[in-house]
Amino acid sequence: MTFLNYLINGISLGSVYAIIALGYTMVYGIAKMLNFAHGDVIMVGAYISFIITSKMGLPAIVSVLAAVVVCTLLGIFIERLAYKPLRNATSLAVLITAIGVSYFLQNSALLIWGSDPKSFNSIVDFDSIKLFDGQLVITAEAIVTVCACIIIMIALTIFTGHTKMGKAMRAVSEDKGAAQLMGINVNSTISMTFAIGSALAAIAGVLLCSAYPTLLPTTGSMPGIKAFTAAVFGGIGSIPGAMIGGILLGVIEVFASAYISDKLSNAIVFGVLIIVLLVKPTGLLGRKINEKV
Amino acid sequence: MKKWKALSPQTRSDFITYGIVIAAFIVLRLLSAFGMLSNSLTGLLVPLCAYIIMAVSLNLTVGVLGELSLGHAGFMSVGAFSGVIACAGMESFIPNPIIRLLIAVVIGGVLAGITGFLIGIPVLRLRGDYLAIVTLAFGEIIKNIINCLYIGIDGAGLHISLVSSAELGLNSGRVVINGPVGAVGVQKISTFTFSFVLVMITLIVVLNIMRSRTGRAIMAVRDNRIAAESVGISITKYKMIAFITSAVLAGAAGVLFAMNYTSLSSSKFDFNQSILILVFVVLGGLGNIRGSIIATVILYLLPEILRPIQDYRMLIYSIVLIIVMLTTNSEKAKLYIGKIKARLTKKNAKGGEQGE
Amino acid sequence: MSKYVPIPSNRMLLERDVGKEPVLETHHLGIDFGGLTAVDDFELTIGKTEIAGLIGPNGAGKTTVFNLLTKVYHPTRGTILLNGKETTGMDTAAINRAGIARTFQNIRLFGAQTVEDNVKIGLHMHMKTNIWSDIFRLPSYWREEKKAQETALELLSIFDMQDLAKHQAGSLPYGAQRRLEIVRALATKPCLLLLDEPAAGMNPSETAELMDIIRKIRDDFHIAVLLIEHDMNLVMGICEGIVVLNYGKIIAKGTPEEIQSNPVVIEAYLGKKEEA
Repeated sequence: MTFLNYLINGISLGSVYAIIALGYTMVYGIAKMLNFAHGDVIMVGAYISFIITSKMGLPAIVSVLAAVVVCTLLGIFIERLAYKPLRNATSLAVLITAIGVSYFLQNSALLIWGSDPKSFNSIVDFDSIKLFDGQLVITAEAIVTVCACIIIMIALTIFTGHTKMGKAMRAVSEDKGAAQLMGINVNSTISMTFAIGSALAAIAGVLLCSAYPTLLPTTGSMPGIKAFTAAVFGGIGSIPGAMIGGILLGVIEVFASAYISDKLSNAIVFGVLIIVLLVKPTGLLGRKINEKV
Repeated sequence: MKKWKALSPQTRSDFITYGIVIAAFIVLRLLSAFGMLSNSLTGLLVPLCAYIIMAVSLNLTVGVLGELSLGHAGFMSVGAFSGVIACAGMESFIPNPIIRLLIAVVIGGVLAGITGFLIGIPVLRLRGDYLAIVTLAFGEIIKNIINCLYIGIDGAGLHISLVSSAELGLNSGRVVINGPVGAVGVQKISTFTFSFVLVMITLIVVLNIMRSRTGRAIMAVRDNRIAAESVGISITKYKMIAFITSAVLAGAAGVLFAMNYTSLSSSKFDFNQSILILVFVVLGGLGNIRGSIIATVILYLLPEILRPIQDYRMLIYSIVLIIVMLTTNSEKAKLYIGKIKARLTKKNAKGGEQGE
Repeated sequence: MSKYVPIPSNRMLLERDVGKEPVLETHHLGIDFGGLTAVDDFELTIGKTEIAGLIGPNGAGKTTVFNLLTKVYHPTRGTILLNGKETTGMDTAAINRAGIARTFQNIRLFGAQTVEDNVKIGLHMHMKTNIWSDIFRLPSYWREEKKAQETALELLSIFDMQDLAKHQAGSLPYGAQRRLEIVRALATKPCLLLLDEPAAGMNPSETAELMDIIRKIRDDFHIAVLLIEHDMNLVMGICEGIVVLNYGKIIAKGTPEEIQSNPVVIEAYLGKKEEA
């Protein structure tokens, strides 16, 4: 029964990773950049939600919506200001700029909200489900997180597969130049991708802090790196890959800390990633790309 | 002077680099001899040298070999902690701290090099962003493992445990590495002069590699993998050479860095540290060794200069970073700078034409 | 395809090379890309000092043959014998060390390096230094660098390019870049030189000059040359034997005269003639 408990915890944590990884993977697929500031957008989302529920006393759903709106705007703003001018620069230049943006968000948060940890109130207010005389506990947060993850995954699959904007996104990620020639507005498509990715980050931030209620300006960075790992794990650029990668990563992390060593869990997670990449160099669902000679 | 002009531009550029470093060392020595260096600045000199070595060695991987590494601090960490252990072990029978430091630097470098080799086997098969993420993963793994390490020294030798310092079973002796606390009771034996010598050695090693058959092969692999293979260059071998050399130097820098503090936690060498060094390298220019040195000095001292506005300094740092990246890499900015340059040269050209 | 006339493979051997060992032999060489056969049943024999041509319409698989010979692609089936030795298990670098050097259709120079350094990279395997002598600048470093410098200039003089030695390779005009690729390939001291469209982008007088130089390279270095080229004047002018490839299969082999009058080749190039 403890095994099942751990499994549920793992899937719940993994769902958060998956939601963040979805944002990472979409942005990577379309802009071919590692957006290291993505993790910090999560943190901003969590702070917004925190302020609205704890300080202003408004209902949770309002706080989530506000977080999504703010992060979406923030995402578009960051893209326009910092990444758009570098559309044709080297990927390393964009990476360093993203790191600059990450520092900027962390330090702005530090100035605005201070360095003391905030204790986040869960946005979920119904009780945990207890099965088998309380031996198996499924927390309300876990249920909400997993449901949110599934809904997002389905919505994104439909969006990229069947809507005009989604098709434009896929076209831009294949070949920017060709997409432009076909009349697709590349700039607005990329903005849209950042908007969606950042909105997902906001949701992930709220869910993450509902399950792990300590909120700091650096809260987003480790989950950000882990989610990035998850995206690579599943095959970066692939939406189902990000989902599978995220959930597997969460499960591995929880099992590793439960059964092997709490302190070594991160090492084990990253170790598994390395093994996966050695066996499948482009991740679980990644496509192999050959260089033309 | 004639001889100087006969040298190739590369050789001249290298000598200028050496010259700048030596001159900076002499100036700093003189300033400190006349008591014109503040205490806080003096305290920064050894870590600054360590960071210069880190940046130059990372430039070998990122700039010269062309592979993005996000785990360079991992090698620094291996060097730092093995150096601390080595120094603690030698305290009883090598009284001279400089010799102890020298041996520790060698041990730290070699162990980091071995780690680099072991990591290189899987990592260098991957390409691009995948290689970057795996180096990141290795950096985190190294940090995590050292975080769980307890090492003590007594008359019977080294004691190692992964559980707690109580498990070490020390009779007398002392704990050297104490899990999450990190290295404790370290003797501060790093000196500025020693650091300077190590910087010079690093420069000589990296620049000499770059201007030789080995360096040409490494750059050939970077510029065009298939063409490099087609002239008989073994990709794996030269990737490995660059990666290991880079790791050895980072390990040596780690020892230097560690021996400047009385205690040191492994979380000092995390992902953010790797990124910090990468920023030095990218802003200094890929493959540009002198650029790495200058960028390291400016960016390392910048937060110190901004110390009076304590709360805002990292914010300003981040804004400066973003602005520098945007102005040096965006096409619009380049166009604008180009226009200004064109205008300036036009003026000069006009001035020259007047003579006709 | 009914008109396909098989020609014995040793036909490619020149009169003067008969009895000597050929430099290259391939048997049933072929490769599939995801179920699609790009090259099939490729049979070729090249003599020690022969200039051979590989021609065919666009997309016939000519460059793929080069990529197979240099192991950029690993053959799905068939064998390649270089100087009588099997090359199975060798990678691109090992193939070069065993004696095949090549140029590329889409130029692959080390653009940021100088012309001279590009040639020195070609000399890589023939310089007797290692990382230690490079770092510590041991006597062998100075000796080998000096030798490489001299050899590089000497090789560049084949194309009268020694004055460009200090220029950046990427800044050279297109034709000069093609010539530099040939020099770099020669620097590896091959016994078989593969040239992928050496005359592309050259004007007729440059092409005529190139023909002389290719012949001179063959005579001076005593090596075999296999070239892909669309310029028929060049191919017919210098090749002693020609292979015609279409849809990944050899449709004809023979001397320039035979190829020019071969109806199958004419059909492949011009399409089927209307019956008069």
